Amino acid sequence: MADSKLSEATPAEATETVTEHTVEHGTTTGISNNKLLMWAFLGSECLLFGALISTYLLYKERFNDFAANLAPFEQDGRNIGPRFGGEDGEGVFDIPFTSISSFILLGSSLTMVLALSAIRRSEYRSFRIWTLTTAALGSVFIAGQIYEFTEFVEKGLGYSTNIFGSAFFTLTGFHGVHVSIGIVMLLATYIMHKQGRLNSDKAETVEIVGLYWHFVDVVWILIFTIVYLFPQ
Amino acid sequence: MTDTAVDAAVDAHDDHHPSDLFYLKIAAILALFTAFEVGTYFVEDSVPRWFLFLSLTVLMIIKFVMVAAYFMHLKYDTPWFRYLFIGGLVLAIGVYTIFFLAFDLFGLG
Repeated sequence: MADSKLSEATPAEATETVTEHTVEHGTTTGISNNKLLMWAFLGSECLLFGALISTYLLYKERFNDFAANLAPFEQDGRNIGPRFGGEDGEGVFDIPFTSISSFILLGSSLTMVLALSAIRRSEYRSFRIWTLTTAALGSVFIAGQIYEFTEFVEKGLGYSTNIFGSAFFTLTGFHGVHVSIGIVMLLATYIMHKQGRLNSDKAETVEIVGLYWHFVDVVWILIFTIVYLFPQ
Repeated sequence: MTDTAVDAAVDAHDDHHPSDLFYLKIAAILALFTAFEVGTYFVEDSVPRWFLFLSLTVLMIIKFVMVAAYFMHLKYDTPWFRYLFIGGLVLAIGVYTIFFLAFDLFGLG
């Protein structure tokens, strides 16, 4: 890609190409500082969510601790965990419900990338529609999470019920907060666009918001599999 | 400017933006993989646990890589962004692998 361009270019042309790009971003590296900062932030976020997922994995077997009100969580002496335990034996986790939430969040990644694509082509009506759709899908996901949390509490699993509950709610709650922040960022880009402060020349702003949004999606890909789908 | 920096600068501005149809195809593949994942929940009593763990882990990694590569444009952007993100990932995996070894393998918990 770059090699072929450079191999065909004379040194003067290559220098000119780089100079053009340097001028475009106004940086000595030719790389957008804003995007670089967002990627550095996302790299550090890997450590945050790594800590939360690891803590959950460490304590997921402690589902029965201090949870006499949650019986029966054991069948034939085996810890059957949150997917099948609970007062009625139908499980605390509702996998089909959470699966729909996962599809919704996954769909929001598609609408986000379509919003970016639209603003790059100066198709502002499409951009507005896709941005609002992404924010709406994110809001539906959050509404689903709030409903899910309420159900868990009603089934006897609260934040302080046991160490499993603390680890679970901290992990999924932190993710929910990230989604909520993403929704605020999306609405801010929409408002900026409506005020005429965001157009195709500043598509990078939308790209940066999109990076954050997609990161929230990839984190959910991990959480959904590790927390909800891995067999007990 | 070094050759590497020149490469990075040119790569960073390689305006390879896939079409909307391409994104739709990626989303369809991701949805299909998610459907497979959810399907394992309904058949887990009849499938060996090791197979479920393996297939779910593989699908999870593929989905992660696809979103990062195509939706986040890591495949097309400058490699420096890749280094930053993968650096964070590798650091996280390394740190928490040690964390698990300390708690599980050595019984320090």
